[in-house]
Amino acid sequence: MDKKRRDMIRIGSALSMAFAAGILKASDVFGAEWSPKVFDAKSLDAVLKELGGDKFAVSPDITITAPEIAENGAVVPVAISTTLPKTEYMAILVEKNPSAMSASFNIPPGTEPNISTRVKMGTTSNVIALVKADGKWLTASKEIKVTLGGCGG
Amino acid sequence: MGDPMRIRATTAGDVVDVKILMRHDMETGQRKDAAGKVIPGHFIQNLVIKSNDRIVLDGLFGPSVSKDPYLAFKFKGGAKGDKISVTWTDNKGDTRTDQTIAS
Repeated sequence: MDKKRRDMIRIGSALSMAFAAGILKASDVFGAEWSPKVFDAKSLDAVLKELGGDKFAVSPDITITAPEIAENGAVVPVAISTTLPKTEYMAILVEKNPSAMSASFNIPPGTEPNISTRVKMGTTSNVIALVKADGKWLTASKEIKVTLGGCGG
Repeated sequence: MGDPMRIRATTAGDVVDVKILMRHDMETGQRKDAAGKVIPGHFIQNLVIKSNDRIVLDGLFGPSVSKDPYLAFKFKGGAKGDKISVTWTDNKGDTRTDQTIAS
């Protein structure tokens, strides 16, 4: 009886390890899955947790290019770039939007870690660039003042 | 099917500069219509850009990317004549692929 129970525990832990290994594999493969957990998260910390990170550092090697003041929050041009070697992932977050995560990108070798796009901003907020380089999570942020919000209506 | 994208790919040496303008409403799911009913979210979720058969960028969008999303980036190891293709899939399962030849 006791042995049986131990066996069950052993099987259980083997399964959970396989599961964890499976998850790791999924994030390695390009064409990442769209996860509502990541895109519904309310803060940088919550997003990072869903991405499997636990801590991050502010890096001077990440640049956010965006206007100081955006007249129209529906269309705010944002470019993020970094000089960090081995950048594998970059994301744009808007701190005060209903959900923080706006867009994320896997950067394969050969692609420059420099991406421009446009995002919506509900109100004046920090825009955060989240970068994974050489296995470390790094961020930079910049405040953009919005005179006319782009969310809701 | 969605509307056609505009894609421009220009080469300088072996660096290809890609600029994409997608056509999509990118409805957030937060707005209400005149009757006060929430307009359901409708936005691009997945995006894959390939040069010939090599993936040069893949991304995930949330509803807070602007309407008619714009995206620009560069990659190395390209050449004139490379086939640059962009594929997106939205949250309703709609998908579209367009391509251009790097010049």
